[in-house]
Amino acid sequence: MKKELSKITNLSKVEKVEMRGIIKQFPGVLANDRIDFDVHRGEVHTLLGENGAGKSTLMKILYGIYRQDKGEIYVNGKLANLRSPLDAIRLGIGMVHQHFMLVPTLTVAENVALGLPSSRKYLLDLDVVSERIKELAKVHGLHVDPKAKIWQLSVGEQQRVEIIKILYRGASLLILDEPTAVLTPQEVEELFQVLRSMINRGYSIVFISHKLHEVLSLSDRVTILRDGKVVKSLPIAEVTKEKLARFMVGREVLFQVEHPSVELGKVSLALEGIWAQGDDDLPALRGIDLEIHSGEILGIAGVSGNGQKELAEVIAGLRESTQGKVFIKGTEVTNWPPSRLLEYGLSSIPEERMRDGTIQKFTVEENLILKDHLHTPYADGIFMNFKNIARESERLISDFDIRTPSRHTSLKSLSGGNIQKLILARELSRKPGVLIASQPTRGLDVSATEYVHRQLIEQRTKLKTATLLISDDLDEILSLSDRIAVIYEGKIMGVVKRNEVSIGELGMMMGGEKCQGDGSLDTN
Amino acid sequence: MEAIIIGIAKSAIRLATPYLYASIGETIGQLSGVLNLGVDGVMLMGAFSAFYTVLKTGNLWLGLLVAIVVGAIFGLLIAFINVTLKAEQGISGIGVYIFGLGLSSLLFSTMVGTVQTVSGFSPLSIPWLSNLPIAGEIFFHQNILVYGAFALIPLAWFILNKTPLGLSIRAVGQNPEAADSLGVSIVRIRYFTVVLGGMLSGIAGASLSIALLNVFQQNLTNGMGFIAVALVYFGAWRPTTVLIGALLFSTVNAIQIWVQVHGINIPSDFTLMMPYIVTIVVLAAMAKRRIHPPAALNKPFERGE
Ligand SMILES: Nc1ncnc2c1ncn2[C@@H]1O[C@H](COP(=O)(O)OP(=O)(O)OP(=O)(O)O)[C@@H](O)[C@H]1O
Ligand SMILES: [Mg+2]
Repeated sequence: MKKELSKITNLSKVEKVEMRGIIKQFPGVLANDRIDFDVHRGEVHTLLGENGAGKSTLMKILYGIYRQDKGEIYVNGKLANLRSPLDAIRLGIGMVHQHFMLVPTLTVAENVALGLPSSRKYLLDLDVVSERIKELAKVHGLHVDPKAKIWQLSVGEQQRVEIIKILYRGASLLILDEPTAVLTPQEVEELFQVLRSMINRGYSIVFISHKLHEVLSLSDRVTILRDGKVVKSLPIAEVTKEKLARFMVGREVLFQVEHPSVELGKVSLALEGIWAQGDDDLPALRGIDLEIHSGEILGIAGVSGNGQKELAEVIAGLRESTQGKVFIKGTEVTNWPPSRLLEYGLSSIPEERMRDGTIQKFTVEENLILKDHLHTPYADGIFMNFKNIARESERLISDFDIRTPSRHTSLKSLSGGNIQKLILARELSRKPGVLIASQPTRGLDVSATEYVHRQLIEQRTKLKTATLLISDDLDEILSLSDRIAVIYEGKIMGVVKRNEVSIGELGMMMGGEKCQGDGSLDTN
Repeated sequence: MEAIIIGIAKSAIRLATPYLYASIGETIGQLSGVLNLGVDGVMLMGAFSAFYTVLKTGNLWLGLLVAIVVGAIFGLLIAFINVTLKAEQGISGIGVYIFGLGLSSLLFSTMVGTVQTVSGFSPLSIPWLSNLPIAGEIFFHQNILVYGAFALIPLAWFILNKTPLGLSIRAVGQNPEAADSLGVSIVRIRYFTVVLGGMLSGIAGASLSIALLNVFQQNLTNGMGFIAVALVYFGAWRPTTVLIGALLFSTVNAIQIWVQVHGINIPSDFTLMMPYIVTIVVLAAMAKRRIHPPAALNKPFERGE
């Protein structure tokens, strides 16, 4: 047992990895343009850059998924030929992808054992694997049940499985591509503790994130990419949040949006005693009452998994409510089909954008008009109006700064952040009366985040949109919302006004403590 | 009455044989993400090649071997079309079926011409077990291919659930990107499962022509290969439930044959329709159950480049 442990913890295979002059061309985009990048034992080197700057591409090259067109990779001074992930794994390099790579129907142990030779040769040795997973979990603080099926785990747990998977294969360099994008603040803190202790044991980490405070707190060095090129590479001590943002986007970034006051209109969206089941058939919403006025942003704060997702789905017509009523502009719309709700002026930005919001095989243009392709200006009677489609999609691409070679590019070759920008462009351009925005800036770079925040405020102020904002990012909630409702175990714990609440109080309510009485709307 | 039931049960066990071989092969292929609708065509080719070999040489084992080889060649062809060329699997499967149907008919009419019989595998009584009352008669006086078909169920279950190979197969059909990122070769796994499926379809065909019916004629299988594909859905991609489905259909078959043989006055068109009616009814009932096919079924794999 002792010996096993030391075998796991005293890995020091990767002393130094160097990438030199990496060039990678995709059709229409030079994703990596002569990039130099290196990582040493025991450090966190962060890659920073706008959506589409080429971060994931560079790391997929290091992990053997893509092949560079030019340039060399040296591991411990030796030239490495990485033809597939297997080659990278053998050299001690492991990667956790921006979109998880787990088989949901299999158990944790099966996911870990996949592709590895078994100690019993032609027989699976899942019991042995489970034991080792438990050891790794203990050493690194990555607790997870080896027998659990992946689909039963929370996002944070799934991520632990991803990390265990690469540690199990003996990786000592970990590439983490936006590992925090889908985590709650608490989960991020836990993850960072794990990562810091790994660094002390001699592991090295390449970290990718758009959240600058995370970058500052975790990194030793940071390299900034723009349009596939390195613009700066420097130790973390020499930078500030503002400086990083400037290097990334080439201009000053405001981290605070203006929040002008507006005259509230009538109630646009109202929920009365809404109940709904979660995916596990247990009640996920237990009597939700909410009202949002036109010209108002109502933020939903809460630890993720307390009913936020179900709430958004019920309003968007994607989940049946078993009890209670939903009203839009005074009309009851409970359990209307999504298409009818769309016609009625509801827009929604879904949380699972890769799955729910887009069609991967369609082009950028087709995805942009997806919800309104039956109407003017995109259609005349039964014919499509290609001239208007072209004009409008070009406009959205440039307004929302969607980085794509052309509007005819298929969606699946866009970078993660740019796919999100596309959905935002489509939903916001519909000028909705009621907007549901779930995690609207998840995975977006600082300038795109700034743009989306300004758009949300502008729609509220000028078009009097009633917005339901669901976000794990408390800063986002606090800076955009007019009122904040805290959700806990499918119930609203209270509704408070902007500026009348501290992060501390919100935190307590998110933990299930009732503050503002019965959660009614009498706080105005 | 008892004799009738024993007779029908015994023939149900026999008749399950081709379904079992074909649907277990298809199950494994689908679990890895490849839908092969050409099973019936491969069965016909297996049936003809085994029959012809036995007709010419009298060697049953050689006949079986030739059917396996022909099945493997068809498997390679299907894998090449679906995995390497990444064709639309539903359509290419229909193509393979028509090809197998046409080629076996052509070969039969040019090389044999008239309907002839061969002497196929004869029943093999298992010592001691065959003396059990009732069960002995039903289960243990069968030929070797029948025993093989039933042995295949636990074997397939074991390979799928207890070996690294089986784990890779299941993962490749659910999330090929994940498997690929861990160094599992999607192409190798899918070629393996599809060629294996081809071999098993070959045996399924041979079991008809040199063990159960001992004849060959055009379209001998009469759509059995399609029922075998339906059984995979019925069995929710699990060998044990596929077995239940196969037995259900073979029992219907056995009853239908008994009715025909005894000249009971039901229109023969109706009795011939029975298996297909059962297929439709069962699948429609199944649609209500919350069981999902492998997530990557029918989706060619491309590394994002
Ligand atoms: N498989 C592909 N085919 C074609 N183009 C691609 C492919 N993958 C990436 N690209 C393009 O290469 C560029 C860099 O993409 P990459 O995914 O590396 O960006 P990123 O820095 O990771 O961005 P994000 O922060 O949004 O994840 C983008 O313009 C993207 O559209
Ligand atoms: Mg990326």
